[in-house]
Amino acid sequence: MGKLWLICIASISILLPFLCNAFSPETPTDRRVLVLLDDFAIMSSHSLYFNALKSRGFDLEFKLADDPKIALQRYGQYLYDALILFCPSVERFGGSIDVAAIVNFVDSGHDLIVAADVNASDLIREVGTECGVDFDEDPSAMVIDHIGYAVSGTEGDHTLIASDDFIKSDVILGGKKIEAPILFRGIGHAVSPANSLVLKVLSASPSAYSANPKSKLSTPPPLTGSAISLVSIVQARNNARLLITGSLSMFSNRFFRSGVQKARSQTKHEKSGNEQFLTEISKWIFHERGHLKAVNVKHHRVGETDEPALYRINDELEYAVEIYEWSGTSWEPYVANDVQLQFYMMSPYVLKTLSSDKKGLYSTSFKVPDVYGVFQFKVEHQKLGYTSLSLSKQIPVRPYRHNEYERFIPAAYPYYGAAFSMMAGFFIFSFAHLYSK
Amino acid sequence: MSNSSTSDLLKPFKLKTKQQELLIRVSILCLVYILAFITRLFSVLRYESMIHEFDPYFNYRTTLYLTQHGFYDFWNWFDYESWYPLGRIVGGTLYPGLMVTAALIYRLLHFLRFAVHIREVCVLTAPFFASNTTLVAYFFGKEIWDSGAGLVAAILIAVCPGYISRSVAGSYDNEGVAIFALLFTFYLFVKAVNKGSLAWGLASAFGYFYMVSAWGGYVFIINLIPLYVLVLLITGRYSMRLYVAYNCMYILGMLLAMQIRFVGFQHVQSGEHMAAMGVFFLMQVFYFLDWVKHMLSDTKLFQEFLSITVTCAVAAGGIALGVGAASGYISPWTGRFYSLLDPTYAKDHIPIIASVSEHQPTAWSSFMFDFHILLFLFPAGLYFCFKRLSDATIFIVMYGLTSMYFAGVMVRLILVATPAVCLISAIAVSATVKNLTVLLRSKNKVAQIGSTKGTSSAKASSKASLDQSQPFQKNGAMALLFGAFYLLSRYATHCTWVTSEAYSSPSIVLAARGAHGNRVIFDDYREAYFWLRQNTPPDAKVMSWWDYGYQITAMGNRTVIVDNNTWNNTHIATVGRAMSSYEDEAYEIIRSLDVDYVLVVFGGVTGYSSDDINKFLWMVRIGGGVFPVIKEPDYLVNGEYRVDKGAAPKMLNCLMYKLSYYRFGEMMPEYGKPPGYDRARGVEIGNKDIKLEHLEEAFTTSNWIVRIYKVKPPNNRW
Repeated sequence: MGKLWLICIASISILLPFLCNAFSPETPTDRRVLVLLDDFAIMSSHSLYFNALKSRGFDLEFKLADDPKIALQRYGQYLYDALILFCPSVERFGGSIDVAAIVNFVDSGHDLIVAADVNASDLIREVGTECGVDFDEDPSAMVIDHIGYAVSGTEGDHTLIASDDFIKSDVILGGKKIEAPILFRGIGHAVSPANSLVLKVLSASPSAYSANPKSKLSTPPPLTGSAISLVSIVQARNNARLLITGSLSMFSNRFFRSGVQKARSQTKHEKSGNEQFLTEISKWIFHERGHLKAVNVKHHRVGETDEPALYRINDELEYAVEIYEWSGTSWEPYVANDVQLQFYMMSPYVLKTLSSDKKGLYSTSFKVPDVYGVFQFKVEHQKLGYTSLSLSKQIPVRPYRHNEYERFIPAAYPYYGAAFSMMAGFFIFSFAHLYSK
Repeated sequence: MSNSSTSDLLKPFKLKTKQQELLIRVSILCLVYILAFITRLFSVLRYESMIHEFDPYFNYRTTLYLTQHGFYDFWNWFDYESWYPLGRIVGGTLYPGLMVTAALIYRLLHFLRFAVHIREVCVLTAPFFASNTTLVAYFFGKEIWDSGAGLVAAILIAVCPGYISRSVAGSYDNEGVAIFALLFTFYLFVKAVNKGSLAWGLASAFGYFYMVSAWGGYVFIINLIPLYVLVLLITGRYSMRLYVAYNCMYILGMLLAMQIRFVGFQHVQSGEHMAAMGVFFLMQVFYFLDWVKHMLSDTKLFQEFLSITVTCAVAAGGIALGVGAASGYISPWTGRFYSLLDPTYAKDHIPIIASVSEHQPTAWSSFMFDFHILLFLFPAGLYFCFKRLSDATIFIVMYGLTSMYFAGVMVRLILVATPAVCLISAIAVSATVKNLTVLLRSKNKVAQIGSTKGTSSAKASSKASLDQSQPFQKNGAMALLFGAFYLLSRYATHCTWVTSEAYSSPSIVLAARGAHGNRVIFDDYREAYFWLRQNTPPDAKVMSWWDYGYQITAMGNRTVIVDNNTWNNTHIATVGRAMSSYEDEAYEIIRSLDVDYVLVVFGGVTGYSSDDINKFLWMVRIGGGVFPVIKEPDYLVNGEYRVDKGAAPKMLNCLMYKLSYYRFGEMMPEYGKPPGYDRARGVEIGNKDIKLEHLEEAFTTSNWIVRIYKVKPPNNRW
């Protein structure tokens, strides 16, 4: 029973009941994806991206964003595991979907890809705000970079940006280095400073700024430099993953296929990095990578195998947990050397790095501190790109029982001697006193 | 005197005067015994057989544990459901006497095949011990005066409201058995002093042991008895009887008391117990001097020896005490002890003691309420005691005077004074009535007056005056006698009324009069605790002010952060700080304590005045005592505590205010008053638009008295 509980906790943190619908803890990869479009033409103009997803086994369902029949859930059950919003200009979703529904969808542990664009609707901006990013308030603003633009047919158009300022994480972007820059044309956004979960995956270069390219720049642009995020991700506390970008066209077949040459650079790449970048990041978004689970949390006294209901102070104990990583098809052992265990009561009394056997088993042993109270075994493993593991198991630590102390202390022998000699002396004295006459 | 007119058939049953008197005495005692029990059953009749108030719930829970798990598990019980996450070593931090007593009664009843529930035993323990106390009072009264005084004492104590307040059925608290133990110990000690026998001394040591096991008030015994001995020594009443009684009682009592884990080495190390030890050594010096005096015939030599010895002894004692105190071996007096000697101490230094209503100084009216005519009889009794001074009467006088002082310091200590007041008053009643009846009866047999009885000087004087003006004296005596009986009957009426009206309320179920004079019952507490028990996860942690901790663990079966065993001031201050902070600050504290639910008590709808808003200033004070960021003036406006529009902004937005008044602004609790009219404080609240960010309302009882909020998890995407 306890084990089952721990497995659930391990893989999906606190919001268990909501998450059960999202993916089974055993196969966390999403399956059913709803794609909302402004226009069915996007199906063909972005077919490379969609085909890449389909070929990985996703079940895509294309709907117009204002289709009155669309719904995310029926009878309280979510119909999809993920949602792709390729509808930057939608003013109002059809059916029962609204911002709150999308937020609930995410808060129930489902994944979301949002692509905005120039002239993004307020609705999409609102979704972005809920996810912790703020698109440039000027609806016609674009990211302009007079230095880092991509060389293209139209001279003077610096709104097509070639960016290669990636986040440094193999988990998110895959092990293979993305050689070619990413083509981007669209609206920039800033990550909200109040939000600690949102990350810039692709940032603009320091020379970029966000403004309307058609009008003269009269006031300083609100967003400049590398504060501009081109692609951002969020991993929510319930491990739902979100991707927000200001460019729908970066997913398009045209950008996927086109070559790219960054201004002032001699290297011309045959193919832009878009396909590799967006495919790899979609693997991350749809939990094909970087998803951890912890199972078989065990703790017991040294020399025993059963898990006790509570420990005694100064007990020696062993703690072990198995951590696996989802590779898209199977659970592989997770190898790391920085998984730490806390023995925690308001503050960590013991903090130990768990040693790994490279097969997924992490273990350690330590002595319970000389303090009684309700402790917790806590593993808080939060690593960039990985789902956050937070295991906590409450375990009371009791003081010694009255008969667990040492009974005959050598230092007390003088006292024992004194007590017994006193008794004997008293007896002899009384005897002598009473019968000596 | 004998019944000469009875028929021959009844001849074998004819009783001699002695036997008649015995029969009357025994039947009176039996009636008193029953009366003491049944007068305490009002609460069961009015409400139901349930445990009252706060502390009794802890006692009940531990008793339940004791009966279920046995003594050794109880002794070693580490309770991780309270004081989360610190836990509490229950076995080592309580006085087990009450629980063990109830468990033994329970076992005995089951052995006799009475399948009672342990709760019934707990409910009736206090009345049962109150009955036993009447018997002890009888014997004690007999010991210090005569059997008449004993009988009167038994009757007075059986119904005295001061004692009933803590011993009604359901009031399952330490005091219930402790008053019995206290009086019993005193009785045995006085008996030991009178008899000078080791056996009675031993018995009083065991009585003391029971008292120590039952209540922290044993400190009173271990200080009063040495004081008494000291007084006897000073007044030149030192005797071998006293020596035997005190030494036996002190040494054995100390050894026994140290067996109670909660007391342990405190008994030889803490400042409160040093007086007894000092007097013990003084006794030895006295005995030694006595012996030397006996051996030495030269008085001059003895005088010299005396001065040297006394100086040495005092110096040695002083040095020992100084070294002990300086090295920390002897712990200084605790705050509670200080606050007893100096009533203003707690107010300035320990807000947590001062915050408890029963620790407040006693109002004059509550003396009247709890003692009624005993208050007037007490000085009269003291007069009689001084008239016939003996070792025993000196003891009761000292007991009466010291305990009256303590009763003035703290409301709850009226309880300790009650037996003394009853005994001394009983002496007054008994002596007066006896004198008056002697007067009346001797009237007819003038000839007898001079010949027989007349031991006490009081009688002698009345006899003398009798001779002067007989007819007038008779009527006067008659009138006085009637007056006395009238007063006593008033006393009986008053006691019954007080018991039924004031002291039989369980305080967990509230009763009020409805608009039509009908009784309205507010059972919100139990409703809330039952909700917690049924609807929250078993390991949920509930944060509330400490008053409700015991009830939540006992009835709701959920872990609490703080409870009525206020052993860790910092932890309580943390809760106080959370309650008096803004919601987002409080949320961090709440998260750090792993709290799942927050419970507040709110009386604005029903007009229930002892709710959390009225206790709130104590939370601020206690919280501010440890965390200086909380400042009392922030919650006051010109030194005034208010919750209406003119309240301090911090007050209007602190967590306690928000949780108490959440959604209250929409409500109209009283006809003709604006919405959000707080009936407990009689004002319209100042902040009606309360939004909660990190907490959400989970449950509010039908009369809004208890409100429970669930702590939300942190925002998913932020």
